[in-house]
Amino acid sequence: MCLAVPAQVESIHEENGTRMGRVSFGGVVKEVCLAYLPDIAVGDYTIVHVGFAISRIDEASAQETLRTFAELELLEEGLAELREGDEAAAAEELHGPTCGRPI
Amino acid sequence: MKHLTEYRDADKARRLVAEIGRVVTRPWAIMEVCGGQTHSIIRNGIDQLLPPEVELIHGPGCPVCVTPLEVIDRALAIAADPRVVFCSFGDMLRVPGSRENLFAVKGRGGDVRVVYSPLDAVKFARQHPDREVVFFAIGFETTAPANAMAVKLAKQEGLRNFSMLVSHVLVPPAIHAIMRSPGNRVNAFLAAGHVCSVMGTWQYPPLAEQFRVPIVITGFEPLDLLDGIRRTVLQLEQGRHLVENAYARVVSEQGNEAAQTVINEVFTPHDRAWRGIGTIPGSGWSLSDAYRDFDAEERFVVTGITTTESPLCKSGEVLKGTLKPNQCPAFGKECTPRRPLGATMVSGEGACAAYYHAGRFLEGSGTA
Amino acid sequence: MTNRRFIPDLSNFACPAPLRDYPHVILGHGGGGALTHELIEGVFLPAFSNPLLDRLGDSTVLDLAGELAGGGRLAISTDSYVVRPLFFPGGSIGDLAVNGTVNDLAMGGAMPLCLTAGFIIEEGFPIAELAAVVDAMAMAAGAAGVRIVTGDTKVVERGHGDGVYINTAGIGVVPPGVAIGAAPIRAGDVVLVSGMIGDHGMAIMSVREGLAFESQIESDTAPLHGLVAAMLETCPEIRMLRDPTRGGVATSLNEIAGVAACGIEVDEAAVPVHAHVASACEILGLDPLLVANEGKLLAIVPAEAAGRVLAAMKAHEHGRQSVVLGRVVAEHPRMVVMRTAVGGTRVVPMPIGEQLPRIC
Repeated sequence: MCLAVPAQVESIHEENGTRMGRVSFGGVVKEVCLAYLPDIAVGDYTIVHVGFAISRIDEASAQETLRTFAELELLEEGLAELREGDEAAAAEELHGPTCGRPI
Repeated sequence: MKHLTEYRDADKARRLVAEIGRVVTRPWAIMEVCGGQTHSIIRNGIDQLLPPEVELIHGPGCPVCVTPLEVIDRALAIAADPRVVFCSFGDMLRVPGSRENLFAVKGRGGDVRVVYSPLDAVKFARQHPDREVVFFAIGFETTAPANAMAVKLAKQEGLRNFSMLVSHVLVPPAIHAIMRSPGNRVNAFLAAGHVCSVMGTWQYPPLAEQFRVPIVITGFEPLDLLDGIRRTVLQLEQGRHLVENAYARVVSEQGNEAAQTVINEVFTPHDRAWRGIGTIPGSGWSLSDAYRDFDAEERFVVTGITTTESPLCKSGEVLKGTLKPNQCPAFGKECTPRRPLGATMVSGEGACAAYYHAGRFLEGSGTA
Repeated sequence: MTNRRFIPDLSNFACPAPLRDYPHVILGHGGGGALTHELIEGVFLPAFSNPLLDRLGDSTVLDLAGELAGGGRLAISTDSYVVRPLFFPGGSIGDLAVNGTVNDLAMGGAMPLCLTAGFIIEEGFPIAELAAVVDAMAMAAGAAGVRIVTGDTKVVERGHGDGVYINTAGIGVVPPGVAIGAAPIRAGDVVLVSGMIGDHGMAIMSVREGLAFESQIESDTAPLHGLVAAMLETCPEIRMLRDPTRGGVATSLNEIAGVAACGIEVDEAAVPVHAHVASACEILGLDPLLVANEGKLLAIVPAEAAGRVLAAMKAHEHGRQSVVLGRVVAEHPRMVVMRTAVGGTRVVPMPIGEQLPRIC
């Protein structure tokens, strides 16, 4: 469970005493409840589950995580596959789509 | 989408898979608790990327799958009441009760509506004071803050026509029950990242210690899942059994305290029956005394429910990880996604449905 | 170009005198008598008028000798339209009622000529709103180059009919020399899609009570017969055309795989989805492959023709974002398999029923 999706806070307002906000999910805007994130600010990223922002996304931590992944080594076979894939893509551009290429 | 698409990068995925391959030396069985994680694993084909030593067991983290049959039957009875507008998350509409599901009730004229948020149900109640609005409040801890706020607002505004049918389930007692099950093979857990964004990680060290299992808090995107698996395998290979946070950009040790405060005000722990598993002590939340007036179970007296689970359905054992779906005699025969006997075949991330689709493929192409 | 109004502008609707007495549809309007005639004269004829329709016969006789000369064949199709809401971003039930049936004909290679239009209207439905629907239909018909040549009106009691339901049947002619599917689909054939998927279904979601959101998503409803004609010109041996409406691309691909008794492979990275559609699907937990389209087609073409058919599609206004979606293979017959963005594989099953938003 727990389908929660990242969104950026665009604006914050109050409705009947409850903290609400307009947030943008990659361009799609919805009004969600911000009551559980009293310190969230416009421009921050949050994850939203069923209309409620439940956590702020820590940018620094996110960057560090992605950096860690990028620094892991590929397998020898993995490198070969990458090269093969690049060559096939280049060929496709030249000659049109190939067919029946097995996965 | 920022903070989403980056975690689907093929190059980084390859690197994580390579790392797992480098580290693993013997077979391990890892259970992901959360249905959303199961969904992502299947949807992205992650289990096929892993080295053969790493086995993923799909756990009971799908509140749809574990909502007790008796609760579904009660929901169906309430939804069929002509006074009621029954609001629910989409997931629940196809789950079979003893005889039918919410779709069927809708077909017979029941006013059943899908909502995105519990606040949509409250809004409807506000705008239609002449209708009785019932919201089906299911979910793990992730959904509890939303459900709690909905009933809290309803109480604040004095919405007499709003009530909730509550069936919340909790992860830590589930982990406990799984580790206590005869035949349990689980060596480690990927804990549910969004559950922990609400509850924090402080509940898990006692479990890791008691059962000597690594528990790695994991996210949902492919890179998050692979990273969670990587850290878990590393711990297993090194003989460690700690709680580790692999979703630190969203999860903190204390969790969301504002949410926990409201949850503690609105809900109270309860022994809860899990469909197919049985009663797990203290594993559920129901409405506290202060909110008893908004409990649909009290407001709608439902009699004459005879709850009969199909004798053929083995979803309980599947949920505990002690039986693989294709080992169930009814799998693919009496029980298919089209005519499901239990919730694990209905739900998108139910293990049985997942196996049904993936398994057909494996048979068809002749590869293992 | 179809008028892409969302909220119908009813302020300019001038109600003819008799109808002013009844601003809402009443049961009598379906009775066949004077009230029905007033509705036809006041709402339908002003919008649809053409020499064939204006005779208002019980049936309409068509002279298709010219079109059928030299081996042309008659094609016929019917569809009913029950969409809610009636007006949505990018179009209306009127657009769908025309384009949907036009596209059914187009998938068989036919040039659509004319449509019938049957209306089932709920008692109490505002006439001004009916006029807006009819107006939209007329504009869509004009844009598609088809005429509405006969129709029917019924009124049902309040509580039935959900506003208005429309049925259209279409007649078209398949030109001589066009024979889609003459040769069977085989491994090696290429799957093409004519543009971004999921727009229509998510445009409807964006205005559904309980699920609504703000976005730039608009329905892609469009008539595709011109696109098909351009494609056939470069490749008369197109194996199959399908418009992926309800059930989305996943349903159509599974149907094709079933008919062909072959497997289909799709690359997730190749699936074209508008950024907002992708985001909206993430929020609701929906798969774009399962979301309805109303202005797209899938084409199965021989491999050697794929390049030039794709070029012809991209040169056409309704195919600018066409891409190669996948290929037909001998493995896993009757199943559609996707290579995921991270390098895994998964089966794309035929959806069982309506796709529902999820929290899990």
